[in-house]
Amino acid sequence: MSAFDCIIVGGGIVGAALADVLCAEGLSVALVEARSIGAGTTACGMGHLVAMDDNAPELALTAWSVALWRELRDDLPMAVEYDACGTLWLATDEEELAAIAAKVASYRGAGVRAEVLDAAALREAEPALTPDLVGALRVPDDAVVYPPRAALHFARRAQQRGARLMPGCPVAELRPDGVVLENGEVLAAGHVVLAAGVASPRLCPDLPISPRKGHLLITQRGAPVVRHQLVELGYLKSAHGSDGASVAFNAQPRVTGQLLLGSSRQPGVGSAQVEPAILERMLKRAADFLPGLDALRALRVWTGLRPATPDGLPLLGRHPGKPWLWLACGHEGLGITTATGSAQLVADQLLGRASAIDARPYAPSRFEVLHA
Amino acid sequence: MREACDLVVIGAGPGGLAAACRAAEAGLDVLVLDAQPEPGGQVWRGEARKGTNRLARRWLSRFAASGARFRPGARVVAAPEPGLLLVEEGPSSLAVRYGRLVLATGARERFLPFPGWTLPGVLGVSGLQVLVKDGLPIRDRRVVLAGTGPLLLAAAATIHAHGGEVLLVAEQAPAARHWGFALQLWRYPDKLIQGAVLSAGLAGVRTATESWVLEARGERRLESVRMSVGGREEELACDYLGAAWGLVPNLELARLFGCEVSRGAVVVDDRMETRVPRIHAVGELLGIGGVDQALVTGEMAGLAASEQPVPDALVSAWRRVRVFAEALARHDAPRPELRRLATPQTLLCRCEDVPLSALEGCRDLREARLYARLGMGSCQGRTCGAAAEALFGWAAEDVRPPCLPARIGSLRLPPETPPTPKRAS
Repeated sequence: MSAFDCIIVGGGIVGAALADVLCAEGLSVALVEARSIGAGTTACGMGHLVAMDDNAPELALTAWSVALWRELRDDLPMAVEYDACGTLWLATDEEELAAIAAKVASYRGAGVRAEVLDAAALREAEPALTPDLVGALRVPDDAVVYPPRAALHFARRAQQRGARLMPGCPVAELRPDGVVLENGEVLAAGHVVLAAGVASPRLCPDLPISPRKGHLLITQRGAPVVRHQLVELGYLKSAHGSDGASVAFNAQPRVTGQLLLGSSRQPGVGSAQVEPAILERMLKRAADFLPGLDALRALRVWTGLRPATPDGLPLLGRHPGKPWLWLACGHEGLGITTATGSAQLVADQLLGRASAIDARPYAPSRFEVLHA
Repeated sequence: MREACDLVVIGAGPGGLAAACRAAEAGLDVLVLDAQPEPGGQVWRGEARKGTNRLARRWLSRFAASGARFRPGARVVAAPEPGLLLVEEGPSSLAVRYGRLVLATGARERFLPFPGWTLPGVLGVSGLQVLVKDGLPIRDRRVVLAGTGPLLLAAAATIHAHGGEVLLVAEQAPAARHWGFALQLWRYPDKLIQGAVLSAGLAGVRTATESWVLEARGERRLESVRMSVGGREEELACDYLGAAWGLVPNLELARLFGCEVSRGAVVVDDRMETRVPRIHAVGELLGIGGVDQALVTGEMAGLAASEQPVPDALVSAWRRVRVFAEALARHDAPRPELRRLATPQTLLCRCEDVPLSALEGCRDLREARLYARLGMGSCQGRTCGAAAEALFGWAAEDVRPPCLPARIGSLRLPPETPPTPKRAS
């Protein structure tokens, strides 16, 4: 039996970032991953680092996490493709434009820079967009990364600090004193952290996490790219509408010269197959914002399964019914953004120290079902 | 634009043409799609105009008289639901509604990376042959060919006939296997004739077995090749190198439809129907077998699609071509040395400039794609995927739409349901 201070189950970006933080604190860590580092939901996402203000805890965690990413930026390898392109939240009508003022205030309250662009300024900033838009909210410190390489970077840095990376090792069982691998091997540890994203309920069936499927499309290189990450203000409605499939316009310039297009949300859909009807809705919505869209050349379409929780916030902290088990999962579409903050929050709790933000809104104990 | 038909055939090579002829002659409304401007596929490229190959002439005129419709320049990019194809034709997009489908997508050359393989002047074996047929000036140009099997000889014959100076035809197979294979050709009368014609056309051209390219050299374009010839190294100054090792089936569409693929070939029953109902596969998709296999299986699929009985003669011809195909697969299998030619700096993926060294530590194709961008470029891994499989044994991943880079507009669903086929098959 090998003994570690901490075993992290799940080598997505959250698990990898946590391994990195814990190793920096001198803990001995094993990062156990069923397939490959950063190859699950992490590899399927858009890789946005975006401050989201749908509710106060979401804003606190995302704003802090984006700032933590910014501190890391000089150490990130080129392959992580960190690009501080900023976000434009697009207003399609006067009602959405009027709502921007409140958003500016809430962002600024959380220490996030934000400014309003009127229709003319928006046209100048993004001439490829439809001229029908009435304005935008610009959040200049948002960025994008290439998630699988970001996860790999965290994992490799942890490895350099002594972590044991174990890709290709599916876990069969979580125990108070460690984990049992599917190959029968038993790994002992002082702490066990479950960071397996959408696969977490397989190892801990009471978790309120369900898959929420998304579709993405990327163009060939050389597409006439936009300059900012572009998101329609209606995105929040789409992102947090609970039932039924929804789509929202979300486009990103990549440093490769490609355009990455989203997004769709289908609650409870667990199959990874591309669904033409959903793709069609997503492309139709995107074409409303980018009139030249149909002429761009698509290179790939794929899907990913977001690990969604009922209230849209991740589970970060002790499992109330199994105090030996730590949770770092349920990030839905914000796992890349909040990987840095999530890792810090869980590490702080595990080491018994205070965090820069209030950890309580993300405590798993908020779900009654976990108290059994 | 919208189209509807009883049977859609994807690929207008011999297999697709034979299927289309049989089905159209039985009264089905048949639509044939091909990315090229003329029917004939790679093997009968240009025959629609030249008419020099008797077999090609016979099938092309039969096709022209069959009533089947041909859409040139048509690339299938997605299959959003059973019975519906999304097709891109130059600047326009087309939705095709069909009752049955025949996949006749043929094969491409297998490239294995070696130092200098991306230099201008280095091409595939059949790729160079096609360019010469299409008018590349080759007279008095010095050419080295490195590859395997009958295609290597066919390319050498074409280049020789067009006045190219073929310095060396390097066959990778060991002498015993190569001549053993050649001697078996007597069992297949057509092949024997082809072989004899090729040999006659190549009188005076140096050929060597157990020979392969080690490196292509040159500043801005190819200047010379370093070869291993029967165990000894030689350097040959030349203008063109044709280097590829046999063929691999174009399985992308079959995978997109969810057809079962086993050991590199589509699994079919004796009606050439895949595991997906109403979708047939023919020709090279069943394992590389050349024109004879394509015609036999194409006819069988066309007959099955139009609900006609398959004559016993075709069934026994099918068994015969399978034996040949299996012998060909044994002969063309790349020797282990060919998997070790690339150096750490050699590019494996030329779309995304991925050198072999970038794959260090990658355990499978998914890791190579995610961490090193292998196969993430415009050719969608068609070249480097087969190479990675040969080099590392990495299995191909699932195919998702678009199966070729396509205008986003070509992926949009038709606004309403296109008309149903005139006649259900």
